[in-house]
Amino acid sequence: MRSLYISLTSEFYKSRKTLAFWAAILLPVLICGLVAFGFYSNSEKLLKLNYPGLALWGQYSGATLGIMGMLILPFYVMFMAFSVNNIEHKNDTWKTLFAQPLNKFSIYAAKFLYAVLLLLICLALFASLTIAFGYLLQVLVPKFTFKDYNPTVLLFKFYSKLFLASLGILSVQFVFSLIWSDFLKPMGIGFVGIIAGIITANVGWQYAYLIPYSDPTLALKVTRVKGAKLEDFLIFSQEIWVSVIFAAVMFILGYFILLKRNIK
Amino acid sequence: MRNLAIETIGLTYKFGSQTVVKDLSLQVPQGSIYGFLGPNGAGKTTTIKILLNLLKTPSDQVFIFGKEINSNRIASLKRMGSLVEQPAIYAHLTGKENLVNRCMLLGIKKAKSAEMLSLVGLTDAANKKAGQYSLGMKQRLGIALALISDPELLLLDEPTNGLDPNGIIEIRNLMIDLTTKHGKTILVSSHLLAEIEKTATHVGIINKGELLFQGTIGELHDLSKPSVKIETEQIQKAITILATAGIEVISKDEHQLSVAFNSKEEMGNINALLVQNGVTVFSIGKERKDLENLFLDITSKNQ
Repeated sequence: MRSLYISLTSEFYKSRKTLAFWAAILLPVLICGLVAFGFYSNSEKLLKLNYPGLALWGQYSGATLGIMGMLILPFYVMFMAFSVNNIEHKNDTWKTLFAQPLNKFSIYAAKFLYAVLLLLICLALFASLTIAFGYLLQVLVPKFTFKDYNPTVLLFKFYSKLFLASLGILSVQFVFSLIWSDFLKPMGIGFVGIIAGIITANVGWQYAYLIPYSDPTLALKVTRVKGAKLEDFLIFSQEIWVSVIFAAVMFILGYFILLKRNIK
Repeated sequence: MRNLAIETIGLTYKFGSQTVVKDLSLQVPQGSIYGFLGPNGAGKTTTIKILLNLLKTPSDQVFIFGKEINSNRIASLKRMGSLVEQPAIYAHLTGKENLVNRCMLLGIKKAKSAEMLSLVGLTDAANKKAGQYSLGMKQRLGIALALISDPELLLLDEPTNGLDPNGIIEIRNLMIDLTTKHGKTILVSSHLLAEIEKTATHVGIINKGELLFQGTIGELHDLSKPSVKIETEQIQKAITILATAGIEVISKDEHQLSVAFNSKEEMGNINALLVQNGVTVFSIGKERKDLENLFLDITSKNQ
């Protein structure tokens, strides 16, 4: 456990000046900020539509979730998984890393965990900034109806789903970038995967949920059961299970790949 | 039994079908500076990676301080510091941050990094990105990284690569200091014998994965016995005369021959003997094979 903790703090220390780390913070700030700004500058038009609280929150958070969940998130996950391993490929530091008196599994697990944590930080910021900016809009434009509905549970559940649904892509891309030191192979496969994922998810192919790249898109398509409250959707739907299982399998597989591969 | 810091027993390593290290039996005594010599591609770096357990080997072939490496990986690595090939440095971090990161991994106080920076003369460049360092500076930082945990055993793979003459001398003195004053053991690889000669107490010469010589630096010197070189056109006649006098010819070609050197007097007698018997001696002199030639000789044995 000590090895794992040490490796994890070192991962944060190493990458705190990299784009992958800052993107986890800048993406939510930027996107949430832009959406909020859009709502602020269009407040007169929006007020004319007379949305009740829930619908206004839906419009507002949906704008972020739509851009984020469908497009930016998968690409960010892909880039981040690449970056975490590339820091060692690029500097040729795998050999020094594994020559340290630390458990090999801890070094590997710390890398994986670090990637997962970055994703968690990024999505947690998205959720909290969406809420924070919503209430800020309410203050700035008192006629908005944001105050009529509390979206915390709903957004928390949505982003939890999105987080779990992204673990599949994260783990697959993580292993790819572990195997290949170049940019093109993991990114190329990831790019094709994401496009294919979005298409299969949107045309409603019945087995789309089995492709990890479709899972974030599918996770956002929540069907509402008649009469139930909006918040009452299931977090662990089938695509989430697929994503989590993928993550677990790829995590173990990646370790064996690393063990078998000699450090050149 | 001597205390060995490193011992390998019949170590063989293959990359696919290519044998990189063949039946290697290294013996590095504690407290020594072991010069690990060989031409490029001889298997030096591979051996060092094996000693760091970066490359998998069968059990009971590699021992660090008497302990089998596969079953004592972490304990062994704790006692070792290493610099393998080009120093592995995070280019986007400063020199200091590279050291601090290593401190974190090793659980050492971060203050140690400043101490190391001054030891290798990088204090002024501490806050510069390591990616902008010159080759020599990177090498120094690599050495600082290897030394930071104060390890008992240092594995340095061509540590003076890219250093200027001053830097080379500094590293040389540092190595001598570490072994004599602090009782460390150093295995240092190089493809230049001249460089090793000045510091090493022990030498291992490897070529094509095979260990061709292993022993103290004195034993290596003993191999290069001086000889008497005689230049003449009447080679056959000279050989016959020398043979009747009981002197054995070591080597010969069209214009010159060599016999073993014993003393100056004997060299004079040989000259007189040849001249008196009608052989024209163009020149006669003592010749000592320098270590560089010896090294070439040894490594060409298994070409």
